[in-house]
Amino acid sequence: MLVLGFESSCDETGVALYDTQHGLLAHALHSQVAMHAEFGGVVPELASRDHIRRALPLTEIALKQANKTLADIDGIAYTQGPGLAGALLVGTSIAQSLAFALNVPSVGVHHLEGHLLAPLLEENPPQFPFVALLVSGGHSQLMRIDGIGQYQLLGDTLDDAAGEAFDKTAKLLGLSYPGGPELAKLADKGSAKFKLPRPMLNSGDLNFSFSGLKTAVLTLANNNQPLTDAIKADIAWEFQEAVTEILTTKCMNALRETGLDNLVVSGGVGANARLREKLNAATKRKLCKVSYPRLEFCTDNGAMIAFAGAMRLEAMRLEQLKSGKPQQNYSVSVKPRWDLAELQMP
Amino acid sequence: MNLLALDTSTEFLSLALKLGERTFTHYQETGSASSQLVLPQIQVLLDSTNVQLKDLDGIAFGAGPGAFTGVRIASGVAQGLGFGANLPVVGINTLTAVAEASGQDKVIVCLDARMGEIYHAVLVKQNGIWLEISETKVCKPQDAPTLEGGDWFGAGSGWAAYSDVLTQVYTDNLSQILPNILQGITPTAEAILRLAQPVFAAGQAKPAMEAMPIYIRNRVALTTLEREQGLRL
Repeated sequence: MLVLGFESSCDETGVALYDTQHGLLAHALHSQVAMHAEFGGVVPELASRDHIRRALPLTEIALKQANKTLADIDGIAYTQGPGLAGALLVGTSIAQSLAFALNVPSVGVHHLEGHLLAPLLEENPPQFPFVALLVSGGHSQLMRIDGIGQYQLLGDTLDDAAGEAFDKTAKLLGLSYPGGPELAKLADKGSAKFKLPRPMLNSGDLNFSFSGLKTAVLTLANNNQPLTDAIKADIAWEFQEAVTEILTTKCMNALRETGLDNLVVSGGVGANARLREKLNAATKRKLCKVSYPRLEFCTDNGAMIAFAGAMRLEAMRLEQLKSGKPQQNYSVSVKPRWDLAELQMP
Repeated sequence: MNLLALDTSTEFLSLALKLGERTFTHYQETGSASSQLVLPQIQVLLDSTNVQLKDLDGIAFGAGPGAFTGVRIASGVAQGLGFGANLPVVGINTLTAVAEASGQDKVIVCLDARMGEIYHAVLVKQNGIWLEISETKVCKPQDAPTLEGGDWFGAGSGWAAYSDVLTQVYTDNLSQILPNILQGITPTAEAILRLAQPVFAAGQAKPAMEAMPIYIRNRVALTTLEREQGLRL
């Protein structure tokens, strides 16, 4: 089954082709990061305006890469939520209309399910069940994953997401938007000069809190004026140490509590080299396995949507063969707020 | 020639299907539900006439200006259908569609653009072709461009939203404000179809991926620098 996937939930347009027999055949991406930079953040209306310019040209690129034509497509997947309503509507309207015109089934994919399953696109993919850490600008969650659509939330952030804390701290230090990756780069030049708190490290549960850390950075910055580049680098170093230590500790706690020995990390912060270093060391000590998506699939992309969609479309097809009832709905509707817990097995 | 036309730029969903000399339409008040209904209603229209997308020669859509999300849905649907069925597309300015739908030849079109503004154009039909006497713009109703002469018709949702101000601006020009919904307040798919047909016939339709919205209002956010300078939208 060849599935075309569309991602347009925020500031990246992604299109990909996934084949259930031959794996990922092609993926094309356009990032709007540069466009939003001068606004200091994502402008939803501008994001939507860009998605509608990019979606079909990227589709042509993906088809060409895979040496396929529209006639080869057996199903279409699109990000239905959560995300920016207007941006989601662009991908959804194009995907649904294309599915309608090609007379193939379509499925709306939960963006986070895409991220959660992204490591399964790699060679030697992790086997269910596993513990998943989803860390990005919008999320910091620990989950137990028993299969497609079988997700149990183990822990969540009580305030800022980890990636959000990275971006906000970067802004405090005067780094340019989006600051997270810049902050990580700066941290490489720093060393252990300051001490920041580790909020909720020993809270006894699997929840996170990162907003206090941001405030502590502000205090630290105010107490060390003028902020030289060297001081900024040392603050960045300690900030990254704090966040990665909290994330690593909670991951190991989650493995212990669930009795699982398999950890999967996804989301933009999952690309952080220091986090990977710590998780690799900690899991090795406990004889556990840790998997990551390739760096380009940590951030938003079409490949993860095509993959998650293919899993669901395949299951729907089998169900339909049994019941004999075709159930295709070509309505263009999005779910800007969509709780992952509402997802069910396909 | 067989053509499908659609408009989702207002709180109405408007569809028209032209099969040779016959035209079938669907017009429905949907509020904000046009996105959910557009493809199912196209299916109903095609099924009821026993036609498939591949039997068509092209797709026309209301490109805007109008509600940003609405005009993007029309564009997205035109893109997806056109790309999937290998059909060319024609986007029609919604203000021209309102003028066409009015049945008059001298029309001042004002659409409610929200935020205290209107989308505005002055259009005259000569030998079956619409000419823009005053080009499509977004402005405050009191700043609407003034006109010479009389016998003008006012059409579009802006006339209901800002009737006092607009009536005053055009007090020397107006013959009548067209009140009836089907006669001019919205860009109907039927009007879009009539305007698009000569474009298709002339071979000037575009590939589906070039189905793009017309926004007119392009200043939608302030840069960091502009905010620091205390500027406002």
